[in-house]
Amino acid sequence: MTPVVEGLIAALLIMGGSFGLIGSFGLLKLRQPMQRLHAPTKATTIGVGAALFASALGLALLGHGIAWQEILVSVFLFLTAPLSALYLAKTHLLRSIDRRELPPSGTGAPWATLAQQGSQVSPSKN
Amino acid sequence: MILSPVLSVALTFALGCFALALVLNLIRLFTAPTLTDRILTIDTMTVNTIALVVLLALRTGSALTVEIALLFALTGFVSTVAFCKHLLRGSIIE
Amino acid sequence: MKRVLPHPVLSVTLALLWLLLANRWTLGSLLMALILATLIPLLSAQWWPDRPQVRRPLALVGYILLVVRDVIVASFQVARIILFLPADRIRSAWITVPLDLTQPEAISLLAGTITMTPGTLTADLSSDGRALLVHALHAPDPKAIRDEIKTRYEARLKRIFA
Repeated sequence: MTPVVEGLIAALLIMGGSFGLIGSFGLLKLRQPMQRLHAPTKATTIGVGAALFASALGLALLGHGIAWQEILVSVFLFLTAPLSALYLAKTHLLRSIDRRELPPSGTGAPWATLAQQGSQVSPSKN
Repeated sequence: MILSPVLSVALTFALGCFALALVLNLIRLFTAPTLTDRILTIDTMTVNTIALVVLLALRTGSALTVEIALLFALTGFVSTVAFCKHLLRGSIIE
Repeated sequence: MKRVLPHPVLSVTLALLWLLLANRWTLGSLLMALILATLIPLLSAQWWPDRPQVRRPLALVGYILLVVRDVIVASFQVARIILFLPADRIRSAWITVPLDLTQPEAISLLAGTITMTPGTLTADLSSDGRALLVHALHAPDPKAIRDEIKTRYEARLKRIFA
């Protein structure tokens, strides 16, 4: 392994570890539930992305060939992170947000999650 | 597997970070004020576990663990969405 | 042709995905890739009523690169806010972003982009599909963020999708 690539992998590992830790720390530190959604979607995703990239690079250099699965895992995580965040935000909107806090949509129609509320089966509390 | 000292230190640091992140997640899981927070924490724990598994692959030099990471990524996402769907609609499959 | 392969792009993506997943370039995995690439689009055809119309595929690649760059910058910003800003000084805000885009694919791409980039997160769509509800982690000036979303991302997406 050349020193340059080794340094790159080490930098990716340190960056990935730090971001993973920051994401989980943010989850603990931030006060409002909506703020807490921000920490894992960005920091943790980039942290795990860096870790995956470092691991794929390291395994390739050690003669295992290119681990395409690792790249697929990171692509998959990047594609699904916004979707999980959207679903969590919608759940939160429905369950615990005071709707007077929200701005109007400006189009005359209500926000989709709140509009469905009439028909939804109310789940058990917490 | 033999890694150079620099890489070995960096790898240990990253493993330590993600392990500590999981501990923080556990604390959050037990102190979470709302159900949404708990789902979010479990989602984050899945992602942190994926990171641990792939770093372990680098340490042991075996590419086999990558498949574990893949399964974690798939089931983690589907279960988060299923939990949320259940809370949003009262059912998972429409 | 149209009946055997109703969705050619999806078929190619699936075949490639299977080959990468198997990570073995043998005849067997190629055969399995071909089987999956024909079966899955056929079985799921009823959930693909319209095809997204991408007018400029090259511009889409440029857009993806821009988003990847922004995601990395965004994570540094979020990390700084989490680490150094005291919790009571974080000014979160709800922002309404009126949409000019009409294609569902373009809107979901925009929503995903907003979630992954600087301190913003898509929370909901209005029920008529003409506005997005965005939550900003730290927004001293919500109007500036709304304008940035509209000029930086939505304008580009409008050019990419017909």
